[in-house]
Amino acid sequence: MCLAIPAEVTKLLPDEMAIVSIDGVSKEISVALIENLAVGDYVIIHVGYALTKIDPEEARRTLELLRELSIEGQGVAP
Amino acid sequence: MKAYQRKLDIKNGCVDLSHGSGGRAMAQLISGLFHEAFGNEWLARGNDQSAFDVGAGRMVMTTDGYVVSPLFFPGGNIGSLAVHGTVNDIAMAGAKPLYLSASFIIEEGFRFSDLKMIAESMGEAARTAGVHIITGDTKVVERGKADGLFISTAGVGVVPDGLDLSAENACVGDRVLISGTLGDHGVAIMSKRQNLAFETEIVSDSASLNDLVAQMVHAGGRGIRLMRDPTRGGLAATLNEIAQQSDLGFHLQEEAIPVKPGVAAACELLGLDPLYVANEGKLVAIVAPEAAKAVLAAMRAHPLGRDAADVGEAVADDHHFVQMATSFGGGRIVDWLSGEQLPRIC
Amino acid sequence: MKYADEFRDKEIALGLAKTIRAESHPDRPYRFMEFCGGHTHAISRYGLEDMLPNNVRMIHGPGCPVCVLPAGRIDMAIRLAERSEIILCVYGDLMRVPGSQGASLLKAKARGADIRMVYSTIDAIRIAEENPEREIVFFAIGFETTTPPTAVMIRLAEKKQLSNFSVFCNHVLTPPAMQNILESPDIRSIGRVEIDGFVGPAHVSTIIGTAPYEFFAEEFGKPVVISGFEPLDMMQAILMLVRQVNEHRHEVENQYSRAVTRDGNLRAKEEVSDIFELRDQFEWRGLGQVPYSGLKLKRAYAKYDAEVRFGMNELRVDDNPACECGAILRGVKKPVDCKLFGTVCTPETAMGSCMVSSEGACAAHWTYGRFRDHQQRRAS
Repeated sequence: MCLAIPAEVTKLLPDEMAIVSIDGVSKEISVALIENLAVGDYVIIHVGYALTKIDPEEARRTLELLRELSIEGQGVAP
Repeated sequence: MKAYQRKLDIKNGCVDLSHGSGGRAMAQLISGLFHEAFGNEWLARGNDQSAFDVGAGRMVMTTDGYVVSPLFFPGGNIGSLAVHGTVNDIAMAGAKPLYLSASFIIEEGFRFSDLKMIAESMGEAARTAGVHIITGDTKVVERGKADGLFISTAGVGVVPDGLDLSAENACVGDRVLISGTLGDHGVAIMSKRQNLAFETEIVSDSASLNDLVAQMVHAGGRGIRLMRDPTRGGLAATLNEIAQQSDLGFHLQEEAIPVKPGVAAACELLGLDPLYVANEGKLVAIVAPEAAKAVLAAMRAHPLGRDAADVGEAVADDHHFVQMATSFGGGRIVDWLSGEQLPRIC
Repeated sequence: MKYADEFRDKEIALGLAKTIRAESHPDRPYRFMEFCGGHTHAISRYGLEDMLPNNVRMIHGPGCPVCVLPAGRIDMAIRLAERSEIILCVYGDLMRVPGSQGASLLKAKARGADIRMVYSTIDAIRIAEENPEREIVFFAIGFETTTPPTAVMIRLAEKKQLSNFSVFCNHVLTPPAMQNILESPDIRSIGRVEIDGFVGPAHVSTIIGTAPYEFFAEEFGKPVVISGFEPLDMMQAILMLVRQVNEHRHEVENQYSRAVTRDGNLRAKEEVSDIFELRDQFEWRGLGQVPYSGLKLKRAYAKYDAEVRFGMNELRVDDNPACECGAILRGVKKPVDCKLFGTVCTPETAMGSCMVSSEGACAAHWTYGRFRDHQQRRAS
């Protein structure tokens, strides 16, 4: 279940809360499910909670792979 | 000489049932607050009605009710919204808006200071739009019966002979033009709703569009088939209505539709689609292909139309579908809204 | 939007579409079920099916917890909300779900029940604190993604020593439902429906990890690719599934590696297992009773369990007999195969689970894809 989006942690608050921001929209959410969070980390948020951190290295790798796969396709005759 | 014994205590006073009863208190409220804010020769005459001359052309009339909550939001309040909304309904006919009426249903306990702010916003909005609020009514109801304040308006204007914009005018091949970014108003309102609280810089786009319309009509004349402002239900509702009424369909390009990043983000957060979110300072114009370029240029030259865009065209379609090419080139339809858009989790 | 826009790149999408086309064998079908409602929604919203070759088709699974909530549970919630001392807190998605005889929370609210829409469980706690003289009940639904927030909320209620707070628990589990789809009689009978692979849920998997799908892939011999839900994620996942099918593999692969690991979110899993336990079975609208697929609060937390606290009676409501949701949820039938689709059953007047939420197969088809039926009819 699903509607969850990536957001940047902009401020840590007491009681396991934090402020996250996406394109200028900020919201206070719970980070009770996350360990070792820092400002600047990206998290997936769902119903007011951070579910997990996004791994920037994996994200980069996935994008690179996507580009390669896409080029493979472009190289094939239509 | 003023007949009242005490001045209205704007700072601390509240509306109570006596202000609706037709007596001295009501008269004082009306003149001290509303007439003061709307300031014009008609109201000064103090009648239950006002007479005005009608120039050449056909008269246009509209009516609207305003029940927005919260009453005050980033970019306006229920009062300014009421004036802009009524002006816009008239302007969508290509008409020049002239006179408004405003009827207030006030819940007892409503603060004078809030009412004054709202009245002043209305006066300000009217002056900006070049219209006058020339008649009105005030009623007060018991606590709990009016969610603070409801405003009901009517407006009249004049449309020049030969101009007959109407929903059934759209033709296959016409272009769909919108005057700017979608979803600003709805997001601004939502950001203030208690249980959805999120912080954003987005403000309502509530504004009077009559001047923009005048420029468009000047540039495009009879090439403009119809205009409509996409309020409740957003662009989606408006285009579905027009499709039905003109017996055709639409093909839109998602990439061409302007949405502010903050609005897109807020919509993602809440699971809303910007195409369905209300706008209060935007219009949709269906324009003949040969006039589209000129009309679009006129829109972009106006401060309220800087982000205007051509987003698609009218096509033959018995089913009246509003279809959209997604930013990927895949297709989807933009259907009527089902019920009210409630924030999704899933 | 960072980590979103990059995964929506049009050029890369077009290239991926070509790759999928190049690698799929034209002489065989590829039928993939996406389990998660968010994926169903993404496919419709971006028109992804238009970009796939004709022999690669997506089948929409029962991955929307709103859709599969039985009508009887809605009736139970309405009964509760009609009690004057109760404030019922619900997620927005639930407001229009039909109970029996067209009832809904939205309609109950219009008649005076104190039902409040919340975005988060934290709001429900706040309402409980602000209304000490009332009883606050949170209507909890959702798969493994949404269960940890409920667990955290119960913890918080405990910490704050709230005595006016409880949860009506309808949390369900993903792997048992996937299993039910593959084991149902329709599947076993020859050639009725074939599913060649699964697109595994995105955010459920951030919590449970990829490990739970391994048994499943092995037992049923079907590949599972966990996918993010941006369009590029889905296209990559579909490509990975095509490759597995071509190579006769049935493994669990993780496309959403930036958010999902094999073990998932340990802290979240711990919170959940502290507070919840399995029900023997739980009814899924359209699927019937599914064993070990639902959660309830452990006895130690009985005071936060609304069903115990208010002595709630189980209400069972049968779906409309003409409703084909059961078959549609398993991919045996398509929305247009159902007699009720588009006539009696529309998003405004939803009869069954597939139409109820914007991610149900029927709702998605109605809202986004219906125009294709007419195109196809014209073409034939």
